[in-house]
Amino acid sequence: MSQGSKIVIKDFTFYYDSSQALRNINLAIRPKEIFTIFGPARSGKTTILKSLNRLTDLTLGTRHTGAIFLDGIDIYDPKVDLTQLRRRIGMVFDLPTALPMSIFDNVAYGPRLIKIVQGKRLAEIVEKALRSAVLWEEVKDRLHTSALRLSGGQQQRLCLARTLALEPEVLMLDEPCSGLDPISTASIEETLVQLKKDYTIILVPHNIQQASRVADRAGFFLNGDLVEEGTVYQIFTKPLDKRTEDYVTGRFG
Amino acid sequence: MKEKIIEKILLLIALSSILILALITFFIFEEGLPLIMKIGPKAFLLGEKWIPSKGLFGIFPMIASSFWVTFGALLFGIPLGLACTIFISELIPPSIGTLFRPAIQLLAAIPSVIYGFWGLIVLVPLIRNYFGGPGLSILAGSLVLGFMILPTIITISEDSLKALPPSYKAGALALGATHWQTIWRVLIPAARSGIVASIILGMGRAIGETMAMIMILGNAVKMPSSFLDSARTLTTNIGIEMGYASGDHRQALFATGIILFFIIMALNTLAIFLSRRRVH
Amino acid sequence: MIINRTRYLTQGIAKILIWMGALSTIAVMILILFQILKEGLPVLTLRFFLESPKSMGREGGIFSTLIGTAALTVVAILVGAPFGVGTAVFLREYTQESKISRVIRFGTDCLAGVPSIIFGLFGFVFFVIKLNMGWSILSGGLTLSAMILPTVISTAEESIKAVPNSYREVSYSLGGTRWQTVTRVVLPNALPGIFTGILLSIGRSIGETAAVILTAGSSLVMPTSLFSPIRTMSVHFYILAREGISMEMAYGTGAALILLVLMINMVAQWLINRYIRHRT
Repeated sequence: MSQGSKIVIKDFTFYYDSSQALRNINLAIRPKEIFTIFGPARSGKTTILKSLNRLTDLTLGTRHTGAIFLDGIDIYDPKVDLTQLRRRIGMVFDLPTALPMSIFDNVAYGPRLIKIVQGKRLAEIVEKALRSAVLWEEVKDRLHTSALRLSGGQQQRLCLARTLALEPEVLMLDEPCSGLDPISTASIEETLVQLKKDYTIILVPHNIQQASRVADRAGFFLNGDLVEEGTVYQIFTKPLDKRTEDYVTGRFG
Repeated sequence: MKEKIIEKILLLIALSSILILALITFFIFEEGLPLIMKIGPKAFLLGEKWIPSKGLFGIFPMIASSFWVTFGALLFGIPLGLACTIFISELIPPSIGTLFRPAIQLLAAIPSVIYGFWGLIVLVPLIRNYFGGPGLSILAGSLVLGFMILPTIITISEDSLKALPPSYKAGALALGATHWQTIWRVLIPAARSGIVASIILGMGRAIGETMAMIMILGNAVKMPSSFLDSARTLTTNIGIEMGYASGDHRQALFATGIILFFIIMALNTLAIFLSRRRVH
Repeated sequence: MIINRTRYLTQGIAKILIWMGALSTIAVMILILFQILKEGLPVLTLRFFLESPKSMGREGGIFSTLIGTAALTVVAILVGAPFGVGTAVFLREYTQESKISRVIRFGTDCLAGVPSIIFGLFGFVFFVIKLNMGWSILSGGLTLSAMILPTVISTAEESIKAVPNSYREVSYSLGGTRWQTVTRVVLPNALPGIFTGILLSIGRSIGETAAVILTAGSSLVMPTSLFSPIRTMSVHFYILAREGISMEMAYGTGAALILLVLMINMVAQWLINRYIRHRT
């Protein structure tokens, strides 16, 4: 495994009760790249994401073997501060989950958790996050109206802004464009490419085309195995494994 | 850390209902048990004379009366309760059902003293005139009590019916059963354990009712021999005399409470057990 | 073919009987309310509400009982609500189905079945005598808070359960602790349901009589502190009716009682409707 990796996943196996969701995953994610995790449904993509920020801890009966390292530190070490981990690795879910509060309060939710409440500083943080998510112009005049009134695409960008407000180091997006129209999808994809300058990004794409459009490197997941990983160019044009080739050319999926 | 402390505090708060239950049990027993031991359980439970001034504390008439009144209440309340349940779930369109259900909740919200008052003003004279006797009678108590337990029976039975898979009804009708046959021979039996649980809970509620019974049962401490007799139940025994009892007398009332507590706990545990089984 | 006719005949008779049963239930309920309101509404003048009872309740109004009822209810809610909501939070957010949660639930279910006269005995021994609070607002209020606990717990649990899990996931993924998630996301969204449960508990407290007589006393004097004895509306109504002191005053008090309880329950129903519609 390379030094200078942002995230290293080593021999990671994961179980929900008695069913195995991930099998011996070995993967390194480089800083400030867009890495895409793709594959058919039920391959463990969401599980690996939720393992990275230990959101899997919330579910009963889960267990794992192996380790995950963030900047060289084992995230499952009991001494690790869970809330800090989750602030360093932010997540955007597949369904727009705006909290039932104002746009401002949604974005300010994270900062307020760590006691950033001073008016001016908070407002600056909110504005910066909304600008990064390319939502500021659309909502700047109605920050205190309910977030539930936004369209699906806007809500999803709100969720992105909400995560960015905490200035995480890693950004995980689980099918962030599902249910969105092509225009919203395109704008989110553009945003991701911009964000790559400052963040390490892990993306579960809605389809293969999105993966090849946006990402630098890719990993193909199938039934809990990491079948193959490499640059986007290599995986999608000259895959080494037949299963990868079959999926990428649409023979199954 | 702060989160751990909060969790411990919440655990203590959550244990409060157990704590209260334990305290109730402890103190009722602490006050009442000595008297039962003093005069002997047999004399207490089977004695037919309750004369505090002479130290006679037999509660058998009260036990019998409690069961007579409750039995009468069930006789009246079960058919009526089932009828209303079937009415709400099968015989009227859901839109009208949404009017009915709040009405049943309202029934449950009316204080028992109001029911007792109405029984006193309307039922008691009616019974006196048409059936004889003092009017303040087990019959009056049963009628009012039966009415009061209707919401318990109806809401829980209705839930049981609602929880049945729709295939039961569809299947029965498809096999050519009439609506009524489907209700009576398929749905009700299928919801049997929930309905029985509701009846047992209704029984517990009936045996525990105090204020309405004080107002309409009369105050006679004697073995009931007819529904037109006045009577005193376990609850009214406590309710009527607690205001001026002292010493052994007061302890005897607590002892009455012990018996009442036992009976109702047994009934409620049975009902809980039955309804938990139904869920699985 | 004769067989067919019998089936439909049975169905017809059964349905008629059920309609009769259901409609007569509603009819009786309306009758009861109508009777008391008819005689009682004319008594409800402004003076009636603002004057305290005079000459043992034969004249005057119900002012001191209104104060008594309000004081008792406030104490009951101030103590019962936090404990109830805290228990619900613990059960829903801090544990999974485990031995502890099963024990707590069992305790709560049992508590729900304890009759009010037993609560009265308990409150009398524990608060009035052992803790030396005497017949007082405090004794009565604390006893009532124990009685409303199961209601608050179950409505709070339902409301908390109804908060979408995605909200929690969002909060945790942003680095929220469990307590932060509970206070900033779960409870604010469960508030309407919790409030409804509290309203229902208020309605219950207002109508409660047996436990109140034994713990808060029946003094008609205006209370001066939490340790003063008081008479609530329901107790006043009961005493007026049973002692036959004044039919007019009894009807008036009864009407006021009914109106209060009806109003509270209708608001609660309306909230439930609005809340459910809001959710879906």
